[in-house]
Amino acid sequence: MNREARVAHSRKSNSDLLAHYTQMQRVRTFEDRVGELYLRGGSAGSMLHLSIGEESAAVGVSAAMRAGDTFTTHHRGHGIFLARGADPNRMMAEIGGKETGYCRGKGGSMHIADMSLGHLGANAIVGGGIPAVVGAAMVAKRRKTGAVSIAFFGDGAMQQGILYESMNMAALWDLPAVFVCINNQWGMGTRIDQATKATRLHERAKVFGLNAETVDGLDVLDVAEAAARIVDGARTGTPGFLAVDCYRFFGHGRKDKSPYRSPEEEAEGRAKDPVLYARQMLRDSGMPLTELDAIDAEISAEMDATIDFTMQSAEPANDTMFRDVFAPDQPEPEPVRTRLDRVLARE
Amino acid sequence: MPKLAYRDALKQALVDAMREDPDIFIIGEEVGRYGGAYGVTKGLIEEFGAERLVDTPISEPAIIGTAVGAAMAGMRPVAELMYVDFIGMTMDQLCNQAAKIRYMFGGQIGVPMVLRTQGGTGRSAGAQHSQSLEAYVMHTPGLRLAMPGTVYDAYHLLRQALLQPDPVVFIEHKSLYAMTEEVDLSVPPPAWGKAVVRREGRDMVIVTYSRQVHHVMQAAETLSQAGIEVTVIDLRTLNPLDFETIRAEVEKVGRAMVVSEGAMTAGVAAELAARITEECFDYLEDPVVRVAGEDIPISVSVELEKNSVPGPALIEDTVRRMVA
Ligand SMILES: Cc1ncc(C[n+]2csc(CCOP(=O)(O)OP(=O)(O)O)c2C)c(N)n1
Repeated sequence: MNREARVAHSRKSNSDLLAHYTQMQRVRTFEDRVGELYLRGGSAGSMLHLSIGEESAAVGVSAAMRAGDTFTTHHRGHGIFLARGADPNRMMAEIGGKETGYCRGKGGSMHIADMSLGHLGANAIVGGGIPAVVGAAMVAKRRKTGAVSIAFFGDGAMQQGILYESMNMAALWDLPAVFVCINNQWGMGTRIDQATKATRLHERAKVFGLNAETVDGLDVLDVAEAAARIVDGARTGTPGFLAVDCYRFFGHGRKDKSPYRSPEEEAEGRAKDPVLYARQMLRDSGMPLTELDAIDAEISAEMDATIDFTMQSAEPANDTMFRDVFAPDQPEPEPVRTRLDRVLARE
Repeated sequence: MPKLAYRDALKQALVDAMREDPDIFIIGEEVGRYGGAYGVTKGLIEEFGAERLVDTPISEPAIIGTAVGAAMAGMRPVAELMYVDFIGMTMDQLCNQAAKIRYMFGGQIGVPMVLRTQGGTGRSAGAQHSQSLEAYVMHTPGLRLAMPGTVYDAYHLLRQALLQPDPVVFIEHKSLYAMTEEVDLSVPPPAWGKAVVRREGRDMVIVTYSRQVHHVMQAAETLSQAGIEVTVIDLRTLNPLDFETIRAEVEKVGRAMVVSEGAMTAGVAAELAARITEECFDYLEDPVVRVAGEDIPISVSVELEKNSVPGPALIEDTVRRMVA
């Protein structure tokens, strides 16, 4: 839908749009603060992959999900998790490797998870989180929970064999599974057309028998509509695939300055800004600038607080290192030092 | 003497070898235009072109498998696996194909490829990007395994790996890339498969490799100030394993310790300790001690990561207690 038509749309879609805008702005501001945490020396390492430019994928697909649905993400998954209701403080603390983080400082940016929100885990192996949704969907189907399980991944994972094994099984068994490819055009320094000839990504899913679409990520309402079709289809037994076209605004990780792509291309890519686009639509529909600014300011304060929370949080205690290798009632692995104490005491 | 970084020594080895042997090509993710995730192949595409720096999709099993096929067809591929942590995905191509082809086919053909990768801790890269998985490789018959700990070895071991008739897994350490040394690369290297004694002492033999060489040398320095002298053996390659050097030193000193960053249980240190115990038992005054990584995944937390693997303090403390 073009912007004019959208503006003329119902009040319902307008209130949806405001909710989506707010979520997208939260994602963007959070990612911005992740960058700041790094600059302030508060992040655990520099392997931080920001989802700026991809907010409509996270928010639009999330809008089609329900409580009880499960999902996995790739390494660029902060936005998806926030859209699913994550506490930004605990997220940021995890990115800082602190004990107050979602995974007690063990996982970090690339391994955030929260079972209570259905987040079966972010993954640092490209494609690594995809097949788990087949398993989760299989269980949802057997137990008739009505839940859908969704794998989020980048265009890079389209070249991993495991995706095809997973889609094939999901289709074969009519599972409530959805595969969402956030196509930001780049995988590190490789542009999608340098990784494949078959750039019409959803065509690949179709041949396995999935409902499959590609949607432009500029307008979050378009993404939400397409996601609703695909996710609803999965809920009634036909697995789906959705590619969301967008652009990775910045480098692959915090340290990458993207020397492999031209400033012109970047300018063009960043012009497709789903957050600004939604903001403009809200303006066009008569929302006063002051109201939008007030929302932004509130989000800004919320996300500023995540940095303070993280900087004030403690490192995990050393003995927690041995916890959670196995279940809590199982003996922990013996520390090397303890073993050495025993061996050396024998002398 | 010029100062050279580990990263640049590796690059130099690739450049020199590629100039000499037109059959060598590099294949992997981000190796060409991007120049390698850790910058080792930066700029190589300008000299050698895209035919010899083959950028691939993110398809690890097919990258390794392609290298296997190209090696069988007469070329000498250097396949790059961005992180050794991804080796699990390629295990079939590496362990069932590359490692066994010469044997299964009755010696008709070998697979002269090099799999370059990097591992280890030091960047808060988390549980799936920080592992030391050399034991997986060392456990598989048919694979050679090199793990350079110095700038000089980074160059020469890679040159030698590129002359081997069989598959070599070449594991660099991510925390060493920026390390510089004054090196004279024109000094001829020890033969392929030879360990190097980096320091000699009467009190203890420490066998190690890769980054732990530096932790051990640092500990040895401190110990020396306290009058404790240790022999440090840098294995350089784990397959071939230079057990003769280990045996000779252990027989002289009578005490041995093995230091490895990989998880302790069923790891490289376990294999070495068992072998020293079996073969040098009559010379040993004490059990062979392993100082190795904890039997846990690596955390992203800076503190937990650091404490998951041996450092100079633990090595020094263990030697003191053994020698006391
Ligand atoms: C199995 C595996 N191979 C390679 C990598 C290194 N790597 C991390 S992210 C990435 C690019 C991924 O691109 P894409 O899937 O498009 O996601 P994006 O980063 O663009 O969000 C690569 C090659 C990895 N983490 N896992």
